Amino acid sequence: MAASVTIGTEVPEYVRTTDLANWNRYAAVNDEFVPIHMDDEAGRAAGFPSAFGMGNLLWAYLHNMLRDWIETEFAGDGRIVSVDLSFRSPNLRGQTVAARGTVTDVREEGGATLVDLDVAVVDRDAPDTVLAPGKATIAIG
Amino acid sequence: MGASWVTSEMRAAVGSELGRKVSFPVSESDIRRWALATWYPAAPPRRFWAPDTDITAPEDFNPFAWMTVPPDGTEPDLGRGGYRGPEQTLGLEPPTTTSMINGGRVTTYGEPMRPGDVITSVNRLTDYFEREGRLGLMLFTVSTDTWTNQRGDTVKTEVATYIRY
Repeated sequence: MAASVTIGTEVPEYVRTTDLANWNRYAAVNDEFVPIHMDDEAGRAAGFPSAFGMGNLLWAYLHNMLRDWIETEFAGDGRIVSVDLSFRSPNLRGQTVAARGTVTDVREEGGATLVDLDVAVVDRDAPDTVLAPGKATIAIG
Repeated sequence: MGASWVTSEMRAAVGSELGRKVSFPVSESDIRRWALATWYPAAPPRRFWAPDTDITAPEDFNPFAWMTVPPDGTEPDLGRGGYRGPEQTLGLEPPTTTSMINGGRVTTYGEPMRPGDVITSVNRLTDYFEREGRLGLMLFTVSTDTWTNQRGDTVKTEVATYIRY
C-alpha cells in the first residue's frame, strides 16, 4: 500500500456542478424521472426552493471519488467495501458539489488492508453545508 | 396528523418481504452508460468501459433500471405507477403523508457485478421510526435489500431509509 496513506490523509475531491442536465443524464440510466428532480414546481411543492438532485447521484459521486483514488493511489488494486451515507440537505440547481474523504484508520483484517474514511458530499461554495455525511471503508491489495 | 404515522398493522408488517426481482443479464453497454453518466464530463476509469479490460460494474451500478424479468405469465412491471410504499405493497392502509425523500443508506459490497451476471434482489421491511422535523412529524421507513448473483454470491446488502412527511 502507498506509504503516504495514513490517518488524516485527504482523498482528492470529486467535483461536479449540478443542474437538470446532470440529473436527466442520470435519470436516463437509472430510470429515475421523478418530478421533484425534473421540475422546479414539484420541488417547491415538496418544500424546497427548486427541483433538486437525486440522492442516488450524490451516492454515485461519492463512490466515484473513492474509485478515482483507488485507481490513482493504488493502481486500481482495491475495492469499495462499504459506504454509509445520510442525505441531509437537497442538492439544488446550480450547486457545485464536492465529494470528500479523510482517512480515519488503516488496519489489517483477514489478510486485507482496510482504509476507513470519514466522507461527505458538501456544497463547495458553502462548505458548512454538508449535503450528505457518512463513512466508508475500502480494501487495498 | 395524530401522534404517530405508524399503525399497529404497519408495525406487525415489519420483517415482511417487500419485493423480489431478477435482472436481465448485465451487459457491457449497461455498465459503460452508467459510468459515463456518473463521471460526465470526465471519462470513467478504463475498467468500466475498455474492451481490453476485465470489465466490472461500478459498485453503485443498478442492474434493475427500466425493466426486470417478469415472473412467468405476467406483464413486465415498468415502474410507471411511481413509488409504492411498503404499505401499498403489503395491502395495508398507507399513511397520509404527501412527500417522500431519500434519507440515506448503508451498503456493504461483496462480489462485483460483471457482464453476463443475473442479479436477484430480495427486499424486506426492516423498521419504522419517527422524528419531529421542520416539516412536522416525519416517518422513517427502513428496508434491507440483499442482492445475489447467479452463483449465489452476495453482491451487496443495502439498508435504505426513506423519509415521508
